[in-house]
Amino acid sequence: MKVLVPVKRVIDYNVKIRVKADQTGVETANVKMSMNPFDEISVEEAVRMKEAGTASEVIAVSIGSQQSQETIRTALAMGADRGILVQTDEEVEPLAVAKILKVLVERESPDLVIAGKQAIDDDSNQTGQMLAALLGWSQATFASEIELGDGSAQVTREIDGGLETIKVSLPAIVTVDLRLNEPRYASLPNIMKAKKKPIDTLTPDEVGVDISPRLATLKVVDPPKREAGVKVETVAELVDKLTNEAKVIGT
Amino acid sequence: MTSLVVAEHDNSELKGATLNTVAAAKAISGDVHVLVAGENCDGVAEAASKVDGVAKVLVAQSGEYANAIAENLAPLVVKLAGDYSHVLAPADTFGKNLMPRVAAMLDVQQISDITAVESDDTFERPIYAGNAIATVQSSDAVKVITVRTTGFDAVAAEGGSGAVEAVDAAGDAGLTSYVGSEISKSERPELTAARVVISGGRGMQNGENFAMLEKVADKIGAAVGASRAAVDAGFVPNDYQVGQTGKIVAPELYIAVGISGAIQHLAGMKDSKVIVAINKDEEAPIFQVADYGIVGDLFTLVPELEEELDKVL
Repeated sequence: MKVLVPVKRVIDYNVKIRVKADQTGVETANVKMSMNPFDEISVEEAVRMKEAGTASEVIAVSIGSQQSQETIRTALAMGADRGILVQTDEEVEPLAVAKILKVLVERESPDLVIAGKQAIDDDSNQTGQMLAALLGWSQATFASEIELGDGSAQVTREIDGGLETIKVSLPAIVTVDLRLNEPRYASLPNIMKAKKKPIDTLTPDEVGVDISPRLATLKVVDPPKREAGVKVETVAELVDKLTNEAKVIGT
Repeated sequence: MTSLVVAEHDNSELKGATLNTVAAAKAISGDVHVLVAGENCDGVAEAASKVDGVAKVLVAQSGEYANAIAENLAPLVVKLAGDYSHVLAPADTFGKNLMPRVAAMLDVQQISDITAVESDDTFERPIYAGNAIATVQSSDAVKVITVRTTGFDAVAAEGGSGAVEAVDAAGDAGLTSYVGSEISKSERPELTAARVVISGGRGMQNGENFAMLEKVADKIGAAVGASRAAVDAGFVPNDYQVGQTGKIVAPELYIAVGISGAIQHLAGMKDSKVIVAINKDEEAPIFQVADYGIVGDLFTLVPELEEELDKVL
């Protein structure tokens, strides 16, 4: 069984982002970039399937600038077998990403696509579901457990009220949530080995997908700032303020 | 122009998030219709017809809609979408699962998690875990939108008198089946709908200690939440989690106990009206967003809080 894993290069989750002064976006120059944390979980899950003998090959795919190669290399160092980069310096919206992935899925014929539930930059949470729609495949979003069966997979999903289990027919798209696994750190020998693994590079034109944006970003601004309040000394004082000043208790 | 709101429900009850979504739809020009797709859900349809501002309720009843399977719901929404300028659902796990599937089938770039409507094609949405706010304008013919419920005050559940109209089901896609669910049972209000939330972090040390928070919660009708650190440490189940990767809440009063205030957590609660922080580390970032902070050992302060509340309630 082949598994395809999309990976996105994003600003590292530990970096405090800065909004550009001209309000056109968020500063990415000279900022530490990493693999989207949810994608690390997908790579880990796919590699574990390979180690368990259920997956035969793991292909890491990224869409983005030339530097997205580094993100693919990270996936290869974690244990993916090969990479595909669809290179563009344009910002690619989730719908266009899903269209590109659809073409790659049709070329590679994986039985399973494991994707992060969302990227931590635009927080869209769309790509996996869109890809499933375009392919007419089943989807299991926000997975915290994946059990592969014969021609199907049983997936436990993290939903608002608790957990839900569904059975999807394969091929399918699974998007992963935080508790699915804990991604490994790549070892130095594996990082060295990853340098020799192949990465194919394509362009959106070669894939035949129009990536023109449908949404225009008119401006990007800082969120309203919340001012620090006061420290109180005793719980009695706290309750008094909540009751009489903020009026959120006992009303 | 008419907007279609996809109702979230469990076949017996209309979920509160639907009321916030209707509020967002009302901020857009034109009428608001609501789609109730389910099985044996007449009660939900009736409830939806009474929601303030709803002109019409479309009801599709069939077995394939019983468990909100996106593969079955999406073709129904797509079939109806031709009559609408906007299709909206709450940006919770129900809407996030469904709407991108609808959008892709319509060849539309969805607008996720809107917090404000600027005009019929322009919306505000948080990006980077709420550390930036983007204003985006859609050029698609139909706008497919998920709504961050904390961005819009719920409309009244009563007062409307929408017409109820049955629509045909669109069939079972035959791709996915429901196996079961473990829904946390609680007498307390839902996290996202509660007027007061009291949350515990890693400082709680273990799951048993959350009983202290529950006692306070029951005195003031609060929901109990947790930081990701507390969830990852196994103190409480994941559905307690408040934060960027958990639930986004904006109650009137948010009490953070033993929570340091990682950006991740702040993203889920910083729009609360009043924030209280109880933490032994006076340098904890949570104090930078708290209206009232108290530095000290939570194991003495929380029981004290319970006693003091007894005096005023």
